[in-house]
Amino acid sequence: MNWLQVLQDPNTQWVLAGCILLGISSGVLGSFAFLRGRSLMGDALAHAALPGVCLVFLLTGSKSIGFFLVGAAISGLLATYCITMITKHSRIKEDTALALNLSVFFGIGIVLLTYIQHSDSGNQSGLDKFLFGQAASLVGSDVNTMIAVSSVLLIITALLFKEFKLLSFDQGFGKGLGFPMGFLDGLLMVMLLMSVVIGLQAVGVVLMAAMLITPAVTARYWTNKLSTMVILSGLFGALSGAFGTLLSTQIQNLPTGPIIVLGSTTLFLFSLLFSPKRGILFRFLRFMQVRKKVLHQDILRSLYDVMEDSKKENSIPASFFSVERLAIKSGKQAQTVEKALRTLLKKGWVTQDKEDPQKWGFNQKGLHVAHSLVLNQRLWDLFQMHEQNFHGYTIDQSEEEIIPQLNGVQLEMMLKELEHHNMTPTLVAIQSYKIANHTPDQGGVTA
Amino acid sequence: MNSFWIILTGSLVAATCGFLGCFLILRRMAMLGDAISHAILPGIAIAFLLTGGRDSIAMLVGAAVIGLLTVFLIQLFHQSGVKSDAAIGVTFTALFAIGVVLISLYGSHIDLDLDCVLYGEIAYVPWDTLVINGAEWGPRAVWGLGIIFIISLLVVGLFFKQFKICTFDPAMAAAIGIPVALFHYLLMGLVSMATVASFESVGAILVVAMMVVPSATAYLLTDRLPVMLGLSMLIGVLCSILGYSLATWLDSSIAGSMTVVAGLLFLISFLFSPRYGLVSKWQVRRQIKLELE
Repeated sequence: MNWLQVLQDPNTQWVLAGCILLGISSGVLGSFAFLRGRSLMGDALAHAALPGVCLVFLLTGSKSIGFFLVGAAISGLLATYCITMITKHSRIKEDTALALNLSVFFGIGIVLLTYIQHSDSGNQSGLDKFLFGQAASLVGSDVNTMIAVSSVLLIITALLFKEFKLLSFDQGFGKGLGFPMGFLDGLLMVMLLMSVVIGLQAVGVVLMAAMLITPAVTARYWTNKLSTMVILSGLFGALSGAFGTLLSTQIQNLPTGPIIVLGSTTLFLFSLLFSPKRGILFRFLRFMQVRKKVLHQDILRSLYDVMEDSKKENSIPASFFSVERLAIKSGKQAQTVEKALRTLLKKGWVTQDKEDPQKWGFNQKGLHVAHSLVLNQRLWDLFQMHEQNFHGYTIDQSEEEIIPQLNGVQLEMMLKELEHHNMTPTLVAIQSYKIANHTPDQGGVTA
Repeated sequence: MNSFWIILTGSLVAATCGFLGCFLILRRMAMLGDAISHAILPGIAIAFLLTGGRDSIAMLVGAAVIGLLTVFLIQLFHQSGVKSDAAIGVTFTALFAIGVVLISLYGSHIDLDLDCVLYGEIAYVPWDTLVINGAEWGPRAVWGLGIIFIISLLVVGLFFKQFKICTFDPAMAAAIGIPVALFHYLLMGLVSMATVASFESVGAILVVAMMVVPSATAYLLTDRLPVMLGLSMLIGVLCSILGYSLATWLDSSIAGSMTVVAGLLFLISFLFSPRYGLVSKWQVRRQIKLELE
C-alpha cells in the first residue's frame, strides 16, 4: 500500500495523532521519573493496571476507554500505596516491593482475564489487546480521550515546570523555599499513572514502561539541560510512536507496542554509540587520543632522563640512545617505543643517529618540549611530596600544568626547593630556557 | 492423577524459583530477575524457530545465553553512565519486544503463542509426556524442572559459603579472594535456566512472582539464610496446592491463581509475622506505652 494513501486515511490520521501525543506526554513525564530514579515505577504501574481494566469490564461490560481509565487509575494507585506501605513498614527493600506488587497485581489481572475468557460474558476479545497493544483497534472516542488527557498532562507540566525541576534535583531546597514537595511528588506520580493508562490500549501493559524510560534515557545522552532534555525526550517518544503505529497498521498480526519500543530502542542505541559528548564512539576516540598523548610525553621524558643519567656519568652526555634503553627506562615494549619515536620524528622533535639509525636523540625543539614536560612533572612530584611546604598556594590538582598556576615568587620558591632536592632538570638552563652553546650539526647538547 | 502432575509441576517451579529468588532479594536484585524473565523471550523464540520444536536442551542453552547477555548489557549500560534502574528498563523491554515481534510474525508456523508465553499453560503439562522406548515416564516438564531444581540445589549447596558471603558482604568476599563476578554470573545463569524451565508452565511474567513473593514472605519470617531458603520452598509448594484449588474453583489460569495465593500468603506474613509483622509491631509498641504509663 502506498504510504501517502495510508496517511490520507482519516482513521489512520486520528490513530497517528493519538500515538504521537501519547509518545510526547510519556516522554516528557518519563524524563522526570528518570531523574527521580523512579523509572521502574512506570513498569509496576502499567502491570498493575491490568486487574483494574478487567474488573471494570467485569462490572460494566463496556469497553470504553473512559471506564478503563478509571479502573486502571484506581488499581495503579492501590499498587503505589502498597509499594510505599511495604517499604515503609517492613524490612523489604524497594526493588523487591516493586517486583512483588507488579507480579501479584499482574497475577490477579491474569486470573480475572482468564475468568472473563472462560465465562461467556459476551465479546471480550478486545481485552487481550491490552497486553501488547493494538493501535489499529483504537476508535474515535478513544483517540479523543487520549488527546484530551495528554494535552492536560502537557499543560500541567508546562505550568509546573519550575516546581518539577526543583523536585527532580533538590527536594530539600524546594521544601526550604516553601513549596509543597510531598504534594508535587504525589501529583507527578498521578500524572505518570495517567500517561501510563492512556497508553495501555496502544502499547499494552507489558511494554508501557519502555515508553517512559527509553526516550528519557536517550535524551539524556544529548544534553545536560533539563528543558532541552524534556523536549528531546518528548520528540523521541513522538517519533517512535509514529513509527510503531504506521508499521503495525501495515503488517498483519504485528502488535503496536513492541514496534514502538523497538523504534525507541534504535534511537537509544544510536545515541549510545554516536552522541558527541557521552557516546561510546567519541568517548573511545577521546580516550585513544589521550593515551597517545601520554605515551608521547612518557617517551620524551624517558629520553630526557637517560640523557641526564649519561650526563651524570660522563659530564658530556651522549646524544643518541638505543630503543632498548628507552624501553627499559619507560617500562614499555620496545615496539611501542619505536612506533612512538617515529611519530615524534614526523613532528620534528627527535632525530635518528646518522651512523646508527637504531639510536635516537633530541633536536633543539624536542629538547625544549621535553624539558618543560620534565620540569612540569618534577614540580608536580615536589608539590605532592611536600604539600605542607606550599601551604596557601592555590593549585588545582586536576590541571595538567602547574607552572601557569604559580606567580613569579611561588615559581622561584619551588625552583629553589627543586634544586635543594637535587631534582632540577639540567639539560636546559632553567632561567633562560635557552641552550648556551648549542651546536646543532653534532646534535650534541651541553648545559 | 492429572491434578497430581499439575501440582507437582507447580511445586517444582515455585520451589526452584523461590530458592534462587532468596539470593536475588537479599542482593537487592529483584528487578534484575524480572528483567531476565522478560528478556529470555527472544532466546526461546529463536530456539523454537531454529529447532522447530520444543527441544528442551536447545531452549535451555539459548535462554541461559540470552539471560547472561541481559545481565552483561545492563552492566555495560550502567557503566557507560545510565542509571541502573533505567538500564534494566531499557534492556528488558527491548529484548522482550524483539521476542514478541518474532512470535507474532512467525508464531503461526510454530506451536507457540503469546498467551502461552505470558501466562503459560500448566494444565496441559500432564499430556506432554516423556516417552523412551515406547514407555511413558511422566510429564516432560516435571523431568526438566526436576533436573534444574537438583542442579540449583547442588550448585548452591556446594558453594553455599561463597554464595552467602557474596550475598551479604561482596566487598569482604572480594577481599578474601572469592571471585565475586563469577558467582554473580553463576547465580544469573541458574536464574535464567530456572526461568526458561518454568516459562512453559507459568509464563514469562509470573516466574517473577514465584521468584520474589515466596522469598519475600520467608524474609519476613526468619533471620537465618538456610531457614529462609527452606521456608521459601515450602511456601512455594503451598502456593502450588492452594493455587490449583483456587483455579479449579474459579475456572481460570492456574499460574495466575498461584500468584494470587502467594500474594495472600505474603499479606498474612506482612501483617502477622511474629517479629516483623505489622500487628506484632503494633502490639510491642502498645506494650511499651503501657509500661511507660
